[in-house]
Amino acid sequence: MKHVLKLLSLLVVISALWIGLLQASIIPQSHTWLLPIYFIVSLGCYGLLMVGVGLMRFPTCPEEALLLQQDIAEAKDFLKQKGVDVGSD
Amino acid sequence: MDVAKNKYSIIVPTYNERLNIALIVYLIFKHLRDVDFEIIVVDDGSPDGTQEVVKQLQNLYGEDRILLRPRAKKLGLGTAYIHGLKHASGNFVVIMDADLSHHPKYLPNFIKKQLETGASIVTGTRYVTGGGVHGWNLMRKLTSRGANVLAQTLLWPGVSDLTGSFRLYKKSVLEDVISCCVSKGYVFQMEMIVRASRKGYHIEEVPITFVDRVFGSSKLGGSEIVEYLKGLVYLMITT
Repeated sequence: MKHVLKLLSLLVVISALWIGLLQASIIPQSHTWLLPIYFIVSLGCYGLLMVGVGLMRFPTCPEEALLLQQDIAEAKDFLKQKGVDVGSD
Repeated sequence: MDVAKNKYSIIVPTYNERLNIALIVYLIFKHLRDVDFEIIVVDDGSPDGTQEVVKQLQNLYGEDRILLRPRAKKLGLGTAYIHGLKHASGNFVVIMDADLSHHPKYLPNFIKKQLETGASIVTGTRYVTGGGVHGWNLMRKLTSRGANVLAQTLLWPGVSDLTGSFRLYKKSVLEDVISCCVSKGYVFQMEMIVRASRKGYHIEEVPITFVDRVFGSSKLGGSEIVEYLKGLVYLMITT
């Protein structure tokens, strides 16, 4: 099943539940009508939260730049000895 | 799987990487001492003399270890992999960038992970503990994180780093997946891993560090963002 169809069927299920709630009137109608809005807003907030948290915890590796420079120097030395052209480009 | 019989074909597409290709070859040989591998350089007619350097490396390391399979001009990444695959004699294929943003020191981790888990694909991820990125400013990190959250929400891809291109594939799996992928650029990398995930292939991840050395010359402008969104929609509809 194509992924978009999976998402659509999920949406259909959620909508069915919502309509069911409207019919059954367990929650006052005024609240039930607003549920889709709450859902979308929550989804948006969750997304923003994930972006924010991810940004804060974004893994960085400054030491890697240094290690890379060392590796490059080592490689250049070896290759120059062996006659490979490592002039800068 | 009989460890002694595994051979790894490392495909490195190049364009104007005359210095980096030499460095990368040295580092691969340094970190894969007891492994049977070959490096397949797919050069798209670089004007800076990349192919001459590769020939010097062949003299040093052997033409059986370094294969130069060039093309006449810049023809794109996907076709570069397909071209490289035709000449690959290993049962595993590694794809990696030539600009040293992918460090060969992680290759043993990829191999080990695959042997431990029997995975069909091992993909490098920059976004987990143990991995990381250097050289990105806040805006770039924000865009990356936003793009990732969007992709996770919309696609449920099963991997944490969708646009990464440092991966180890079983050769048969790569051949299968690549034949159905039509996108270009980094959307191509996304399409590969999402299609593989949909097909039910066993995918494992290893943390990698990514030192962005071309940052500043690779802009992330509005058109890239539009391409990305179009790619997401395309993947939602077709996978």
